[in-house]
Amino acid sequence: MSLLGENVWLNGLVIVIGTAVLVLVGAFFGMLYRGVDRKLVARMQGRVGPPIAQPFRDVQKLLMKENIIPSGATPWLFNAAPFLALISTGSLLLFIPLFGQPALLGRYGDVILVLYLLIIPSLAFVLGGFASSSPYATVGAQREMIIMMSYEAPLAVVVLGIAWRIGHVTDAANPFLMSTIAQYPIWSLLGPVGVIGALLMLLTLVVVTVGEAAKVPFDVAEAETEIAGGLLVEYSGRNLSLFYLSDVIKAFAMVSLLVALFIPYNLSPALGITAAPAAGIVDALFFLVKVLVVMFFSISLIRAGMARFKISQATSVYLMAMTAAALVGMFLVWVDARIWV
Amino acid sequence: MNLKAFNRALWVYHLNTGSCNGCDIEILAVLTPRYDVERFGIMLVGSPRHADVLLVTGPVARSMEDSVRRVYAQTPDPKLVMVIGNCGIEGDVFHEAYSLVGPIDQIIPVDVYVPGCPPRPEAIIHGVVMAWAKLERLVKKEVV
Ligand code: SF4
Repeated sequence: MSLLGENVWLNGLVIVIGTAVLVLVGAFFGMLYRGVDRKLVARMQGRVGPPIAQPFRDVQKLLMKENIIPSGATPWLFNAAPFLALISTGSLLLFIPLFGQPALLGRYGDVILVLYLLIIPSLAFVLGGFASSSPYATVGAQREMIIMMSYEAPLAVVVLGIAWRIGHVTDAANPFLMSTIAQYPIWSLLGPVGVIGALLMLLTLVVVTVGEAAKVPFDVAEAETEIAGGLLVEYSGRNLSLFYLSDVIKAFAMVSLLVALFIPYNLSPALGITAAPAAGIVDALFFLVKVLVVMFFSISLIRAGMARFKISQATSVYLMAMTAAALVGMFLVWVDARIWV
Repeated sequence: MNLKAFNRALWVYHLNTGSCNGCDIEILAVLTPRYDVERFGIMLVGSPRHADVLLVTGPVARSMEDSVRRVYAQTPDPKLVMVIGNCGIEGDVFHEAYSLVGPIDQIIPVDVYVPGCPPRPEAIIHGVVMAWAKLERLVKKEVV
């Protein structure tokens, strides 16, 4: 059960190189989508907006800047946190199907692993915030922890609901595996009641995506107008650019996760293309379109239309409203299973 | 140093040293949809650590002197300072006040002056263009 036989070293090498490559790929597409997102939001607000290449320039510029370590900070932790954030978001991509292909290490880890891996980048941000010893960063770090704990519950309910249904109908050994979820798209298993439930769960996941990506209205931890940039207040130069990159990659990964859970369709079978390279290209392009659409609705539209929540409102949206929506969705999926199967 | 990437991604930090708020409102006007400087990659940031340009307004009240120096020191290099408004340039209507230690160039080095009381948003954008020109000359080592 391994990628390249039983050789541990070889597998370790594959994981290290794979993470590095995925960090690059994820950073490229993450920045591209961030640029598109900024353009879209600007257009919705009646502005011209920055060019799509803007995030690339931002990162390039940050790399040219001085990297200041504040005198009150814990230097090794302060410097390690950005790397931890970037590497952990990169390894997240190892387990999420991208470009219409199965996840690189999909057979070693399922959605539950992804749920755990999603926590690590947030923890890295929190660590960096505490290590920088600024009161603003400390407030930001506490807020990040609170919001992290509140979106965990609805996210887990959504994943459980989908996997339970797939496990109930099919005889798949592990319904949490990404390949199983891709093999049995959730919509094809449901009756009308269940579709309503799945739509509720989709809504929940969209709102959770906003929080995971730390965007308005859930960017309480980085609120630059109240707590001066929050977690990242003391970061500059290279360290800030690493955080910036892990932020864009995380948004890309979250949207890809949503695509993998709810729209795991590929275009090539529908078009009847079977030749390997052509089908791969078609699927990859289709994946990019899916990500664009999901990102538009889950990040850009909400960001352009709303103001920031207070931290208490943000947590109650997740803990009450979204958990309730996800549970009702799961209940409907269960009722559906009683009626139809 | 890739100047184009640097020029087109200036993040600005807004520092009020005791102005009447007129200039600050004009700075905000520059960021609104009508003038939209984000199309040049200019973004308002909340921390001097993230900034490339300090937009300083006001005549520097005595209690702000230390903060101005510290904010300047907290900004990572390379950085530029733009003074917005007559107050920061020569004191303007407050020039006789007992509590002032300004103008700003007595305290920190200033790169671009934007006169006006308050300056129009167009003038502020022009100031940014002057800042680009200065950066270019800095890279070519024509000025120090
Ligand atoms: S220059 Fe004029 S508008 Fe600007 S802060 Fe001074 S008094 Fe106010």
